[in-house]
Amino acid sequence: MKMNNVILKTTVQVSFFIIFLFSIHIFLAGHFAPGGGFVGGLLTASALVLLLLTYDIKTVQKLLPINYMMMTAVGLALALGTASISVFFGDAFFKHYFSHFEIPLLGNTELHTAMLFDSGVYLVVVGVTMIIIQSIGGDE
Amino acid sequence: MEVVMAFVIGFLFMAAVYLILSKSILRIIIGTSLLSHGAHLLILTMGGLDGEAPPVLADGVTNMADPLPQALILTAIVISFGVTAFFLVLAYRAYQELGTDNMDEIRGKLSDD
Amino acid sequence: MTQVLLIFLPILFALLLPMLHKKISRVHTGWFVLLVPFALVLYYASFVPKIGDGPFTSTFYWVKSLDLSITSHLDGLSLLFSLLITGIGTLVVLYSIFYLDKKKEQLHNFYFYLLMFMTAMLGVVQSDHLISLYLFWELTSISSFLLIAYWYKRDKSRFGALKSMMITVFGGLMMLGGFLLLANAGGTYSIRELIANSSTIAESPYFVWMIVLILLGAFTKSAQFPFYIWLPDAMEAPTPVSAYLHSATMVKAGIYLVARLTPLFAISEYWIWFVVASGIITLFWGSFFAVKQTDLKGILAFSTVSQLGMIMAMLGAAGIALHVDSPQQTIFAFAAYAAIFHLINHATFKGSLFMIAGIVDHETGTRDIRKLGGLMSLMPISFTIAAIGSLSMAGLPPFNGFLSKELFLTSMLSLKEFELFNFSTWGPIIPWVAWIASIFTFVYCLYFAYYTFMGKGKVDKLPKKPHEAPIGMLISPIILATLVVVIFFIPNVIGKYFIKPAVLAIQPQLYNASSDVAIHVQAFHGFTPELKMTIGVVLIGFILFLTLKKWQPLYQLQPDKLSLNNLYDRMMRLADVDSKKISELYMTGAIRHYLMYMFSFIVVIVIATLFWKDGFNFSFENTAKIGLFEIIVVFVLVASTVTVFAARTRLTAIIALGAVGYSVALFFVIFNAPDLALTQLVIETVSVALFLLAFYHLPKLSRHEEAMPFKMRNFLIALGVGIMVTLLALSAQSQKLIPSISQYYKDTVYTEAGGGNIVNVILVDYRGFDTLFEITVLSIAGMAILGMIKLRLSKKEKKSNENE
Repeated sequence: MKMNNVILKTTVQVSFFIIFLFSIHIFLAGHFAPGGGFVGGLLTASALVLLLLTYDIKTVQKLLPINYMMMTAVGLALALGTASISVFFGDAFFKHYFSHFEIPLLGNTELHTAMLFDSGVYLVVVGVTMIIIQSIGGDE
Repeated sequence: MEVVMAFVIGFLFMAAVYLILSKSILRIIIGTSLLSHGAHLLILTMGGLDGEAPPVLADGVTNMADPLPQALILTAIVISFGVTAFFLVLAYRAYQELGTDNMDEIRGKLSDD
Repeated sequence: MTQVLLIFLPILFALLLPMLHKKISRVHTGWFVLLVPFALVLYYASFVPKIGDGPFTSTFYWVKSLDLSITSHLDGLSLLFSLLITGIGTLVVLYSIFYLDKKKEQLHNFYFYLLMFMTAMLGVVQSDHLISLYLFWELTSISSFLLIAYWYKRDKSRFGALKSMMITVFGGLMMLGGFLLLANAGGTYSIRELIANSSTIAESPYFVWMIVLILLGAFTKSAQFPFYIWLPDAMEAPTPVSAYLHSATMVKAGIYLVARLTPLFAISEYWIWFVVASGIITLFWGSFFAVKQTDLKGILAFSTVSQLGMIMAMLGAAGIALHVDSPQQTIFAFAAYAAIFHLINHATFKGSLFMIAGIVDHETGTRDIRKLGGLMSLMPISFTIAAIGSLSMAGLPPFNGFLSKELFLTSMLSLKEFELFNFSTWGPIIPWVAWIASIFTFVYCLYFAYYTFMGKGKVDKLPKKPHEAPIGMLISPIILATLVVVIFFIPNVIGKYFIKPAVLAIQPQLYNASSDVAIHVQAFHGFTPELKMTIGVVLIGFILFLTLKKWQPLYQLQPDKLSLNNLYDRMMRLADVDSKKISELYMTGAIRHYLMYMFSFIVVIVIATLFWKDGFNFSFENTAKIGLFEIIVVFVLVASTVTVFAARTRLTAIIALGAVGYSVALFFVIFNAPDLALTQLVIETVSVALFLLAFYHLPKLSRHEEAMPFKMRNFLIALGVGIMVTLLALSAQSQKLIPSISQYYKDTVYTEAGGGNIVNVILVDYRGFDTLFEITVLSIAGMAILGMIKLRLSKKEKKSNENE
């Protein structure tokens, strides 16, 4: 899959970062505003897909040497791990904990174990989407 | 609006079922895709469409949309994406191996083994 | 506690067998196994002197909170059976050590099944709980199945195993139904408590059903007419198994059940009639057809059937004692005693005969009585044992069979005296049938012994050159044959310690203690009708035996088509072939057809339910208003769906599908679902990319010239589904019976879950499980896709696969 489109290549160099940063924002904002692990993950994946469509798979692999299978596995483990933390504190499976902290620069911020779970979701979604796209795209 | 939506959903389901029952594997995949669209809209409509604000906490909002159907649909959207992708690759591989996308021919070839 | 756990000793020991068999292969595995029944028989023997002190109960709580427990209840009857199981078990294991070659046979399998059976059988006779009795009962069927099919490479073994399984498990299931009815009527599963409540149970409207169902279980297990047909085919099992399961123990489980439940059901005339009639018919049928058989074990199988019928008939007669005044003093008291006595005797002589049949088979290579003959001088010890066993079975003195046969005739004659339940009409026939059956019994006993060991010797033509069996193989039959003689001389000792406690368990209403059973057995008590009958049996039997060659061909007149075996075969074929035919009618293997069934069925049941539940009560109030924007989106959605249909190229179809997806996303925007809208938009983008990538390789969007009727049928189903969904949506909209459960989420989302976006909080917190499993499914889909793409056969491997 190789396309030689200079305009596309030039715009993608900029738009990739915009989409990527936006996806991170969406992901982090998820607990209070629309967004979350799913949307964030999908947006990140779509940014990567854009890269794949513009350049070919080998180039992208060189740029971002990520093992997406590993990413998926880490995501699953993170999600499951977060869910089971509470068991060790004598609470029910899947109980989340949260509290508010004063953090420099960010101000009063809520830290929530649900965020860790959502990160797991995020990683799985990115990993799986990329596995799918790469498998099909990379096949001759 | 719900009444209109009921008919739209019925139409989507009809189209989906018709496609799923056809012989071409591609049409079947498109059918499943349509079916999930129909199902998502059905769940959303059944929850009621009269909410005036998104289900996000904000000052002064009282009549927000029902969040539960939305959460269910969100899960369903992602799952149906996974399933569609799986079907696609299955169809793609079947075509590669067997050289046809006709369900009857695929079956015939397999049963000859 | 020990008592109940010892039931499981055999099966627990069996777990060690594979190791013993492998590690210590020099020693025949049977020697280790022998320890188990031997230890158990000693243990149970220790109960014999004190069994008069009342039943011994021991309970093992399995799950205490659920009241799941296993109880071992040892009274006279259970103890007698336990002793039979472990005693005969010991002898059989000893015999099998010499019968089964340690190099050729898979001994660990054999002994595993055998020990499993031992546990199951002990469980049957000691359980007080109906359900655990049932479970052990089925376990005996399973272990019997495995043992019959032990030489599983032989067709006949597998056939026989399946046949026994089908028939006994059928009976077992019927019995389970009977048990459930019984427990329902009695309010308890404990047999003891049920017997205590027997009067209330008798009033149950299902009383006769209980009797019929439970007796079906007992009759199939104990090979009563017409269910006996599995027993002759079960003779494909190794001979130790035939001697153990199919003559001494398992087939007596039905007898045990009838005996155990006699106090409960004997109030009913149906019970008495069913048991007596089935017993008498089986007795006659088995003895009559035993003479037809040419296989040594076949003769023994039919004789077992016949003898089981005999015991059954006696147990039926034992029930009569409940219906006469002070039966203790009269002729009616004998039947129960006779049944138990004959049960013991049968185990001794039939066990020895089976072992001899095995020895003959082992030493000559054939069991066909037409080829055998003249073995007496070559195998004198075996002959002696066979003669003792046969003559005892024929009912001649000085062997134990004589005594119990006399008692049997007594109890059958007692039926003549009984007035109730139409016995005055039919009762007098029964002793005659019993008498005729006894004549045939006499004939087949002589037939068995004479044509094997005497007559013209055709020794040279036998597959093997016969000689006397090794002494180890002879020990067990010698012990049994000795018992046959010994019991004749000390019947009352046996009576005191074994029979009377068991009779007490069968007829608790009549006696307070086993010593109250006032029966004294003696060989001679004047020229009673019984003795005259026996003399008649011997005379006529001898004449029939001498003329055997003249009338035996008469058996060939029975057409095979009319046999019960043929009926069974036809039923099996019907079940097998015809059910396949029926399922092939609709199980086409095409998913499309299955989907058609499903869709049609869903349409029918949903619309029917709506109709039935008055769901067509539409109201169009409280709906959101329709704006221009919404109308436009609806229009786009419908138009793009139509485009998907009409598309002639893949690209059009994909783009149209994408348009459908985006309009759905717009709906999400309109209906205040920003999370959904975002997700849907991104997913749709990725999906379209995915479709394009995959379709890049795929063929043109063909329609494969679908015929008009095909299209019409699909369209009708699709239309049905569409209408059904529309009706469902309208109905759901019109009738909101329950308020949404979301209010709880709205109330607690900030305080309890520390979030603001309720949808997201539901996903990661309230319904986190859903999400966890969802990402798991997603990962599985990803892995599957990766596998489908990356793992494929190379061209070379594919070639070789195709050639295979």
